[in-house]
Amino acid sequence: MADPVLKIDGLEVLFPGFAGDVHAVNGVDLDVQPGEIVGLVGESGSAKSVTAMTALGLLPTGAFRQSAGTISILGRDVATMSEREMNKLRGGDVAMIFQEPQTALNPTKTIGKQMLRVIELHSDLRGMAARDRAIELLKDMRINDAEEILGRYPFELSGGMRQRILIGMAFACSPKLLVADEPTTALDVTVQRQVLQLLHAKARQTGASVLFISHDLAVISQFCDRIYVMYAGRVVESGPAQKVLGNPQHPYTAALIEALPEDADPGAPLASIPGTVPNLVNPPKGCAFQARCRHAHAACDSRPVLTDVGSKHQAACWLREEISA
Amino acid sequence: MTTDSVMTLSNIHMRFPFGEDWRGRPRGFVHALNGIDLEILRGKTLGVVGESGCGKSTLAQVLMGIRKPSEGEVIRNFGADHDVQIVFQDPQSSLNARMPVWRVITEPVFAVSKRPKAELRALAADLAAKVGLRPEVLDRYPHEFSGGQRQRIAIARALSSDPDVIVLDEPTSALDISIQAQILNLLKDLQAERGLTYIFISHDISVVRYLCDEVAVMYLGQVVEHGASDAVLAGPKHPYTRLLLDSIPTMRATGGLGEALRNTDLPSNRNLPTGCFFKDRCEQAGAGCDVRQNMVPTEQAQVRCCQTTAATPQKVSA
Repeated sequence: MADPVLKIDGLEVLFPGFAGDVHAVNGVDLDVQPGEIVGLVGESGSAKSVTAMTALGLLPTGAFRQSAGTISILGRDVATMSEREMNKLRGGDVAMIFQEPQTALNPTKTIGKQMLRVIELHSDLRGMAARDRAIELLKDMRINDAEEILGRYPFELSGGMRQRILIGMAFACSPKLLVADEPTTALDVTVQRQVLQLLHAKARQTGASVLFISHDLAVISQFCDRIYVMYAGRVVESGPAQKVLGNPQHPYTAALIEALPEDADPGAPLASIPGTVPNLVNPPKGCAFQARCRHAHAACDSRPVLTDVGSKHQAACWLREEISA
Repeated sequence: MTTDSVMTLSNIHMRFPFGEDWRGRPRGFVHALNGIDLEILRGKTLGVVGESGCGKSTLAQVLMGIRKPSEGEVIRNFGADHDVQIVFQDPQSSLNARMPVWRVITEPVFAVSKRPKAELRALAADLAAKVGLRPEVLDRYPHEFSGGQRQRIAIARALSSDPDVIVLDEPTSALDISIQAQILNLLKDLQAERGLTYIFISHDISVVRYLCDEVAVMYLGQVVEHGASDAVLAGPKHPYTRLLLDSIPTMRATGGLGEALRNTDLPSNRNLPTGCFFKDRCEQAGAGCDVRQNMVPTEQAQVRCCQTTAATPQKVSA
């Protein structure tokens, strides 16, 4: 197998605070293989975004501390790279799409200016050649009058249009890894479908790997090849999307799927998960889901590790440990 | 009009002026609602679905009586104005950060009649227990709570004036899945207990299917399909309803994502399109779509489309 595009080993990140350090990421192992679309799913506070942001070095220096773990992108250790090298990497070989297309574009510059800047910074194309490339990218994103759009400002465009422009921009320099952080959460369903389809097709066509972050299980199940389910800064389950969501092995994944109103009988109450996520200033010693889990027992006081529960399918739960042992 | 309707909307239009010329006259109008006819049944839940910009929230404001419609009539079959309450989407900004929880909860009562503090506190304690908050939270401030708990506070506040109707404007879309399930269960229990009427505004079809008795699908300020929710969501008749339902990602889908949609932009509501509003995005558009469409009753619902209902399109005065 080729080298993974992104590999994270035992990552631990904490945010220092007055009331104590917030242990946001507590030992995350993750890898993205070339050409693979990997989903990162979890509720708010599960550290999906922090994991991705740390990997790309996007968290403000001083605000966080990486207390353990290594991150390598395209075979290079991020810790050894200078800020200059990271800047060259980001926007070139590694691109990112953010949740809010409103704030990701500069409101004072035209779309054309912003796209050309990315293209000229990371490739040899200049002037008209760069402009042609920008038009080509927009056309790929089903934007009809691309020439005209280049002269517009972001506020003149709809949310779906802006997100498509950002995806086009992300693919400007044929990235090997694309990190998409909830790219469709702010969009309507019909627009969401269009954006997901375009993103999926473009990724497959260029062979780029995608790390797709979302809280929406349905979107994840349709979009991703392989997924990681996160809870309170840990990976609780990982494996092929259809397997994990079709036959969940961790009680948290199972409870999350049961809580969806999608298949629920309108007469019956929904299977909600009692309680709330643990406070990460004092992360629980054992299994993080213990307090809300209906299968919790004595073994859960110590922390379970990811164990194989099927081919390429892993879960971090003592119940599975006993079964596989 | 049947006796068990709490509210009847007939031909509601809502226009907002924009811009000003040199004499201070508006340059034009944003047409937010374009002829809404709805009957809201007592003790039932009406789901209102549609994409952003379709007029869902303006409709909520008209129902609340916050805005007076430019045209049309709202008939209310209950006592006072405070018998309609609302729960907003964002529990962060909809609770007054400077008030302790008991004040937040009893504000609708306090606004109408100034009652003694002890009485209000007792009411707040009662309601807090009802929505699953512990009594010691009453003296805390909204910032001390998580999103799900804040939404519980907002629901308690809506209940405090003992309303007949509660408008729920996307009450769970800011919440996580596990918390959403808790809130939906709470809403269901409260409705069964108090015989509340809900108007549930949402873009999440699976939640609407679960919670609502009836559903109204909106597009560009019009209701395009209205009927019993299981009938409409299982067998949508209007092309827009079908598009909306097809676009929803589901866990069961296996065929991948399919072909990308051509056109997803809503037409401008400053200059309304002539003819059927959905014409430009519709795959079935053909003869007859050049004129405005009427709601036509079908077996289980009402549909505003001449192609699927086989109705003779009529000229409707714009």
